[in-house]
Amino acid sequence: MNKILNVSPSPHISTPETTRRLMYGVVIALIPALAASIYYFGMGAIIVTLTSVVSCVAVEYLVQKFILKTRPSVSDGSAVVTGLLLAFNVPSNLPIWIIIIGAIISIGVAKMTFGGLGSNPFNPALVGRVFLLISFPVQMTSWPVPSGFRTGYLDAVTGATPLGVLSEGVKAGESVASLMEKVPTHMQLFYGYMGGSMGEIAAAALIIGGIYLLWKKIISWHIPVSILVSVALFTGILWLADPTKYADPGFHLLTGGIMLGAIFMATDYVTSPMTHKGMIIYGIGIGVITVLIRTWGAYPEGVSFAILIMNAFVPLLNMYIKPKRFGKEVKHG
Amino acid sequence: MFKTFPKGGIHPPENKLTADKPIVILPVPPQVTVPVSQHIGAPATPVVEKGAAVLAGQVIAEAKGFVSTNIHSPVSGKVSKIDTVVDTTGYKQTAVIIDVEGDEWVTTVDRSTALEKEITLTREEIIERCRQCGLVGMGGATFPTHIKLTVPAGKSCDMVIINGAECEPYLTSDHRLMLEKGAEVLTGATIIMKALGVERAVVGIEANKPDAISHLTELAREFRGITVQPLKVKYPQGGEKQLIKACTGREVPSGGLPIDVGVVVQNVGTAFAVYEAVQKNKPLVERVVTVTGKSVANPGNFLVRIGTPVTALIEAAGGMPDDTGKVVNGGPMMGKALAITDVPVTKGTSGILLFPAAASRRAEVLPCIRCGKCSSACAMGLEPWLISVLSEKGMWEKAEKEKITDCMECGACAYTCPAKRPLLDYIRLGKSTVIRLARERVTK
Repeated sequence: MNKILNVSPSPHISTPETTRRLMYGVVIALIPALAASIYYFGMGAIIVTLTSVVSCVAVEYLVQKFILKTRPSVSDGSAVVTGLLLAFNVPSNLPIWIIIIGAIISIGVAKMTFGGLGSNPFNPALVGRVFLLISFPVQMTSWPVPSGFRTGYLDAVTGATPLGVLSEGVKAGESVASLMEKVPTHMQLFYGYMGGSMGEIAAAALIIGGIYLLWKKIISWHIPVSILVSVALFTGILWLADPTKYADPGFHLLTGGIMLGAIFMATDYVTSPMTHKGMIIYGIGIGVITVLIRTWGAYPEGVSFAILIMNAFVPLLNMYIKPKRFGKEVKHG
Repeated sequence: MFKTFPKGGIHPPENKLTADKPIVILPVPPQVTVPVSQHIGAPATPVVEKGAAVLAGQVIAEAKGFVSTNIHSPVSGKVSKIDTVVDTTGYKQTAVIIDVEGDEWVTTVDRSTALEKEITLTREEIIERCRQCGLVGMGGATFPTHIKLTVPAGKSCDMVIINGAECEPYLTSDHRLMLEKGAEVLTGATIIMKALGVERAVVGIEANKPDAISHLTELAREFRGITVQPLKVKYPQGGEKQLIKACTGREVPSGGLPIDVGVVVQNVGTAFAVYEAVQKNKPLVERVVTVTGKSVANPGNFLVRIGTPVTALIEAAGGMPDDTGKVVNGGPMMGKALAITDVPVTKGTSGILLFPAAASRRAEVLPCIRCGKCSSACAMGLEPWLISVLSEKGMWEKAEKEKITDCMECGACAYTCPAKRPLLDYIRLGKSTVIRLARERVTK
């Protein structure tokens, strides 16, 4: 018996799940929303998505190859996910060169400077998005209107999202009821019939993706549900208190980046808490901050900021929120 | 109806290839190698000389101290030599090597297979018999049984749990034992109850063994105080603390033992050995071993004498497949890989598992993506990602605060890691270091 045997400590078997499979699972879950974006925005959605994915992957490859001089690991799929999410967070008419800057910030600054996959404290796609929003406010807030939008009030809202209409209108002293006349119905919002970032508009498609993620156990329910419930509760309380000043919870849940944020951005493994209790606190934080920004902040939309702010609390949550240990402690003689 | 433990756990493929393979008695090999340390505690001291004639069932090494146990000759023949050999753990130790001649047993052993239900021995006699017969926990931990049956002063016990979970993938030796020797196992459980002076015993069996559940449930009607508790299929369901939680709702405290919540757990194989020792006066000289693997020609469950070389077992299962890359002593989750197969079966050998070369190497380690799957999988409520990093960085005090010593090394975290990080390797390192440092603190 001269056979050379491998020796290693247990366990000797491992789950077929790999980092790459998880990442491509997220890509699959993003397909319905991507299809919706292409349906509403046409060529622009395709160009923005391709540019963003290609430049994110390229930036990661170049940084690893020439700056860090490590073996490039773009095949793990994480740069593809970041590229898709960055594209989903910008308007579909954004010039190519701005997208490339966004990719450099997302991957180059927010991810690779911290050590690459697993080490970044902030969601890379959101860092890129917020950087672009602050640097190119005009391009980043000229929202194209879905091609299906052919009704009368269309001209008045060109370039504005429903949340923008609400925010501006309330500041100008209009009642919410009359503003609601100017925005699409809740059903239209649900299907994505509105202006906005390319991938955030179609709640229905994002929810399908979310169900896929839950079914494949890629994410757990804790983060999305706690975000959505806290937004619904907070806006619900405001709405019940004064329906003339505040929009209803349904409107808030279906507009802006809530669905995209709750299902795909806040659930990023690297930048979210490790325990279920921590996830719920993190989700509630995101929901509350989002509503605060939307209602009283300078921006009409606040999901990106809310997620980035809560990202900063994640190390703290990981340190203090512990899973329930098995067995009470005893003193041992 | 199916109970389980509340937190964590994983569902690896069960691969119980040998579940319907009846136990086959393996012929006695021409030579056996019997290590003197097959249990937790002090090695036994050899009491036979080279050239001595021995009978099967005869003591060849005596227990040294309380936490130790006797070793018996599993065969009849002549002591060829007393030598240093490599055992299944890969370490060297003393062993008695016996050339087999015939199969003569000491006359005190009752070798009939008739079921003997009447228990005539007293509590003290039962415990003494277990000690004499060299009984140890057969689930793999090999803790001497007579100590477990002795309730320490100040503690009380009100319940026995017989562990028939067999949650390790591939292994089926306990399953077969429950099916083929069910009445003996339950009699063994009754003896254990008598030794501990308790009225209740629960046999915990995972739901993937419905035939064993129904068979033992049927048989248990004839036994007072014994019930069968079906358990959900979830690894590590057979972990002592998890099993107690599932069967009784009681939680063994951190750093504590089952007796702290009034429970003693014995494996199905141990219950059978107790039966044979007490009712038949038969020392622990043979056990059931599952020999399995996806490429193995004739996987099966074998009743083998202790000291039989693992190579003989593999031959019995159709020989070592050409593609074999790893041989594991035990199950795939907690078993130990063997460097050589020319090692003897011991009291703790529950299975021999052969992996093809393709499945025997670990995948490339990628960065932790902080998915938290390891925390979700940990049945002890630990954070494997954290304690493994603390060990990696040598931060022993923090690792101790994070309860690294609660880890039972079940491997669920490493199994579930998508980045294929060697979590348990680091945790083992940290756990042993923390325990060593704690001991040093006490002795200072």
